[in-house]
Amino acid sequence: MRDFTRKDFLNLFLGGGALGLVASTVYPVLRYLLPPEQVEAEPDALKVGAVKDFAVGTSKIVKFGPKPIIVIRDVKGNFHALTATCTHLDCIVQYSKDADLVWCACHGGKYDLSGKNISGPPPRPLTQLDVRVAGGDVTVVKTA
Amino acid sequence: MNELGTALLDWLDERLDIRRGIEWATHKQVPIHRWSVFYYAGGVCLFLFLLQLASGILLLMYYRVGADSSYESVRYISSKVAFGWLIRSIHSWGANIMIFCVFVHMFSVFLMKAFRKPRELTWVTGCVLLGLCMAFGFSGYLLPWNELAYFATNVGTDIIGQVPVAGHWLLKLVRGGNDVTGATLSRFFGLHVAILPALLSLTIGAHLTFVQVQGMAHADESPKTMPFFPNFFLRDVMLWLVVLNAVAVLAVFFPWELGKKAEALASAPAGIKPEWYFLSQYQFLKLLPGKVLFIPGELLGIIALNAAGLFWLLTPFWDAVVPQEKKEAAVRLVGWGGLAALLAMTIWGRFS
Repeated sequence: MRDFTRKDFLNLFLGGGALGLVASTVYPVLRYLLPPEQVEAEPDALKVGAVKDFAVGTSKIVKFGPKPIIVIRDVKGNFHALTATCTHLDCIVQYSKDADLVWCACHGGKYDLSGKNISGPPPRPLTQLDVRVAGGDVTVVKTA
Repeated sequence: MNELGTALLDWLDERLDIRRGIEWATHKQVPIHRWSVFYYAGGVCLFLFLLQLASGILLLMYYRVGADSSYESVRYISSKVAFGWLIRSIHSWGANIMIFCVFVHMFSVFLMKAFRKPRELTWVTGCVLLGLCMAFGFSGYLLPWNELAYFATNVGTDIIGQVPVAGHWLLKLVRGGNDVTGATLSRFFGLHVAILPALLSLTIGAHLTFVQVQGMAHADESPKTMPFFPNFFLRDVMLWLVVLNAVAVLAVFFPWELGKKAEALASAPAGIKPEWYFLSQYQFLKLLPGKVLFIPGELLGIIALNAAGLFWLLTPFWDAVVPQEKKEAAVRLVGWGGLAALLAMTIWGRFS
């Protein structure tokens, strides 16, 4: 093994300095590019409108905290609430009155009214939320 | 050349050795054979890039980036500014035709085996240029902030989010947050008007330098050639005029739609499709089930698409190790097979 010379020391010193310079330049730039976390609290419950606002066989998309949800009044008049973001690639789903199910126009994924993925590419179900109807108002409540 | 011109050239030559540069640029010869027409494709791509640069700069005079101003400013350009509709349509049509020409150029180079030694790096830079053009298309698509663009960006960026380990981090980096918002628009704008033009210009510079250094590839044994300058170049310019007219005619008779403004709380519209150059990938991802064994379908699809892209990029290197007697068959199979698969998936995606 050869001796560790003064030149080796200087190379190590300069190389380390160069690495430090690169790291101290790149790190702030990367951190700058990552936006700060904006935490928006998810509510436990949200009033989404009056029963009369929901005709039978229609749906409405509303924000539940940071994410959209779809509130459906199916052809039998029952209410359902599901997260509205397709689990495949992030499109917003819609309610199909004719088929009485939820589908995504982007890649043709289908879910039943409980949120279960029944055909097409979605890998996971939509999350179901509880719907409470009281005093003529429709309220969506986070499932415990 | 008149006296003044000669004097100016002499003045420059004394200082910059310019005659040597001109001599270097004019030694190139273009082979003449039955496939020579494909030698024009690269030049057309370059011309269309310059057209995009010019029309893009003109759009920048009025475009105002922001979730509350992007859509409105594009509508203003299209409806109020004199010839604004024409400039915008030329930019949109030019983008699509440019990507089409890049595909024509790439497949013709592949099938003429012009990627072989010593042109491996020319092929690689060409593939990088295709990737940059698609990134241009993807980032520019969002800028009008309309419904179609909004959902296309949701899907496209979510695909980036599927990358194992770094996916969530990359998604935030690209979107400027967890969702597609005005922050995403700002990032895409920066990418589209600053970062990508710089990268594309540098890569085009490298690509053209390689072509100049190595000369044109001969697709067959024909010894006939023509000088690049002025003979081939003048034909090039003539074709550029034809292409400019074609873009103008399309822009006038089929002006680009603006559609509805993006709405974060609206369902994706029925019949939503990406631009034609992403249709094949779209159709492929659509065919995959939610899960294949225990792996999520879209993750498997994205890995497969990336592997195919890498295989294509590394063409000169796998071709070099194929035994001599199988070389032709391998290139024909991959080239025509790839083209057929791309066309079939695109047409299927269009009509499905």
